[in-house]
Amino acid sequence: MLLDWMPFDWILVAILALFALGPLAVTLRRWPNFARVLVYGGAGIASALICLAALLLLLRQGNAVAMWLPIGLPATALDGAGMIGGAHLRLDALGAFFLAVTSLGGVAASIYGLGYGRHESAPLRVLPFYPVFLAGMSLVIVADDAFVFLFSWELMSLSSWAMVLAQHRDAANRHAAFVYLCMASFGTLLLLLAFGLMSGGSGGFDFAHLRENSGGMNSLVLALVLIGAGSKAGLVPLHVWLPLAHPAAPSHVSALMSGVMTKVAIYGFIRVVFDILGAPEWWWGLPLIILGGLSAAFGILSAMMERDLKRLLAYSTIENVGFIFVGLGLALTFTGNERASWAALAFAAALFHVFNHVLMKGLMFMVAGAVLAATGERDIDRLGGLIHRLPQTAALALVGALALSALPPLNGFVSEWLTFQAILVSPELDPWALRLSIPAVGAVLALAAALAAATFVRAFGLSFLGRPRSTAAADAREVDGFSRLAMGCLGLLCVFTGIFPGFVIDALAPILGDLFGATLPRQDLSAWFTLTPISAERSSYNGLMTLLFIALSGGLAALIIHRLGSHRVRRAPAWDCGFPEPSPLTQYSALSFAQPVRRVFGSIAFSARERVTMPAPGDLAPARLEVSMTDHVWQSIYGPVEAAVNRAADRINLLQFLSIRQYLALVFAALVILLTVLAIWG
Amino acid sequence: MMLDFAIQGAQMLLVLGLAPLLLGLVRTLKARMLGRRGPNPIQPYRDLRRLIAKEAVVAENASWLYRAAPYVVFAAIWVAAALVPTFATGLVFSWSADLIAIVALLGTARFFLALAGLDIGTAFGGIGASREMLIAILAEPAMLMIVFTLALLAGSTQLSSIAAFMIDQEVGLRVSLGLALVALVMVAIAENARIPVDNPATHLELTMVHEAMVLEYSARHLAMIELGAALKLLLYISLIGCLFAPFGMARLGSGWEAYAIGLAAYLGKLLAGAFALALFETSIAKMRVFRVPEFLGAALMLGLLAVLLLFVTRSV
Repeated sequence: MLLDWMPFDWILVAILALFALGPLAVTLRRWPNFARVLVYGGAGIASALICLAALLLLLRQGNAVAMWLPIGLPATALDGAGMIGGAHLRLDALGAFFLAVTSLGGVAASIYGLGYGRHESAPLRVLPFYPVFLAGMSLVIVADDAFVFLFSWELMSLSSWAMVLAQHRDAANRHAAFVYLCMASFGTLLLLLAFGLMSGGSGGFDFAHLRENSGGMNSLVLALVLIGAGSKAGLVPLHVWLPLAHPAAPSHVSALMSGVMTKVAIYGFIRVVFDILGAPEWWWGLPLIILGGLSAAFGILSAMMERDLKRLLAYSTIENVGFIFVGLGLALTFTGNERASWAALAFAAALFHVFNHVLMKGLMFMVAGAVLAATGERDIDRLGGLIHRLPQTAALALVGALALSALPPLNGFVSEWLTFQAILVSPELDPWALRLSIPAVGAVLALAAALAAATFVRAFGLSFLGRPRSTAAADAREVDGFSRLAMGCLGLLCVFTGIFPGFVIDALAPILGDLFGATLPRQDLSAWFTLTPISAERSSYNGLMTLLFIALSGGLAALIIHRLGSHRVRRAPAWDCGFPEPSPLTQYSALSFAQPVRRVFGSIAFSARERVTMPAPGDLAPARLEVSMTDHVWQSIYGPVEAAVNRAADRINLLQFLSIRQYLALVFAALVILLTVLAIWG
Repeated sequence: MMLDFAIQGAQMLLVLGLAPLLLGLVRTLKARMLGRRGPNPIQPYRDLRRLIAKEAVVAENASWLYRAAPYVVFAAIWVAAALVPTFATGLVFSWSADLIAIVALLGTARFFLALAGLDIGTAFGGIGASREMLIAILAEPAMLMIVFTLALLAGSTQLSSIAAFMIDQEVGLRVSLGLALVALVMVAIAENARIPVDNPATHLELTMVHEAMVLEYSARHLAMIELGAALKLLLYISLIGCLFAPFGMARLGSGWEAYAIGLAAYLGKLLAGAFALALFETSIAKMRVFRVPEFLGAALMLGLLAVLLLFVTRSV
């Protein structure tokens, strides 16, 4: 009987199992170690099951599978006969891809959690919510009606919110959780309105019905979904919660929130805009491209200024989400201008970057967690020299940093290269607005990619290289085996996808066929795993060859020199122009490394001001350099809103202190007004 | 087929063999222009031989990354240089990286070099790494705009295809191409740490960028880095030659005479490039580090202008 089960059944069973693990963890609160192994082990196995089943569905390139469950609201969909209730679930190629990618992140985070969870001071603030979070994310992707979608979306938000509050004694974390909750509610509210608009009063909320029914208000729906899903994904200027909330959670949860949850938000956006809304207008891609470019540049600039390792990574997520949205915007633009094959290219670039970012960001947050576990520090100004203390973690961190810097031969480069290829075909488009804005966004993306390399030289170089800046860093110990296993798997996958990108592109074919009716050339037919997205004359890239050539020529050079020249090494004190300074504080710090970039870009982006206080000659006071930076987004958008809400709350507060007669009068007045409205409208 | 592989192999060895000579030539020419006799142009070869034979002195707290980085840097630049057509188009392995990938490969080399600068934990390494990354941040968008200009014209980012397009088609004088050429020269000067952005001959540490970053290196490690830097200079001059002056380049499958002509033309281009660089360097003063953003910002604006002109004039 079990053998008759289809992959989709396995997925649902695994999601149910994840849901069950949450309450189970609560009942096991007396045995926290057992609960930890059970929750992370169980979640890892369930995620692996989901991942395999989704991959099977994706690679078999079959039709979408659907299922109806008699639970949920009584009237969620329109049938031929009338309203029917229950939950509608469906998995097509797009869903299968996202499900495979998110559960892959889930597997890695669960393995990591097995080891990292030991450092948790209050495991019961994480364990019950962790599997529910995973289940919520998977359920968003298999949802086929608005109710299941929004329900699981909220489940995902609330369970992750609970884990952001895991270290609730820290006031900064409470603030982060509050901002997160506000932004999540705001986003869901907009999505709710969007689904209402799409349904248009017909009463049917299943996606099949919405697909037929959509029209009329589509541009408004696009705006609502862009803001609603974009706030979850971290698009500027809706990103403010992300660098607060992602680092506050335990590191494997940060990896999930930054690597995976933002992708679920992107899935929601794609599902509505590319699938449900149908044919786009020609200008729809434009706001996406502009917001994406803005997010990429602003996100990575903020990361460059950041000292906290986990916050830096959260800002880098904003950059990567920007890259993905530029790809999606290009795809939407090309579809709107009837260029299906180019749309397929741009969309493939975006999806490839989704996959890559799950791997890279998952890996790097785990590295940050390893550093935190080994030293207790997240501030890169208190780290240094960890390559000697954590050699394996350092090697994996180097892989992650190279990948996030979009450098060949790793995977991050491939998806950015594809995005650039998609930009390069765009001058054939007619509308002038597109012709002028797309190349400018290309320059912004190039700037973001170069800034990313500088950011990760700074992050990796200051924390892993150099001399230790604190005793905690000097005494660090390599982390446990589970953590290294999880990081190693992700690191290997980063290298593998960088060398063989063709496998990923081929796996995307059914999605592109579904959405655009066009695909990229089959990559498994090209020689030596070369990636040729359009044609061989136009452009090609081969990660395998690049890696092989570098390894061969570097190895050959080393061999020849060691044979013919000298291979002797003498260890000596550092030269440093003859004046080596023993104090590690004389090394470049996070602030000083960022100083050139701050000088060039900071005055515009952050109104950065530097003030140097030099004591008079003979005065023994230390010289001081003070740097002030302003968060314009917070000050110009969120600050006023916060002030307005507070003012309104103060006013409304009066209503709490009325007498019973006044309350009765108020109720009566409300009733009269409502009846009047009805009388006029009806 | 065998011939194609032979051409690719010859190209790899040619760039490796010529790179130190190019550097020596620039130094000699510069010295002559300044009224000094200057070293023999083959001096860089002697330096490399001497460095390779020496015992390497490595700082006590250096990690494996510090010792591996020179080879990675050298290999990445060599691979990039081997894929830029010099005397013949249609290299066998040209499909393994297009122009964007070649630029990114140089980025990989820079990434490792900057990390190596930070590895010992001295202030000079930090200052060099941080400034090198700043220059890269500013140069990379400009470079990409140049790539865009060429790719839009030739309909390809493949260097062989672009070079073939430039030879075969009547491209003529185009404003975009002129702007792109100026921008590329500016980027090349910045990327190769030449005057006015950086001074390769300075011994005042605080004014250095590239040299400060590699301050701790000695012996064979230093040799690899110097050779890499020479290759990078050769790469940029070859790139300018192949894109903007593709005269005489042998086409795929042509006879021995064509290759001989191509080789002669290539040597001529290198000589011209070395002369122009020496002349430029002797006639201009080095600028402050914080003037570099304006310099490279101008390159970016030129590149962007070139692309926009093309976007606007396309299919009107």
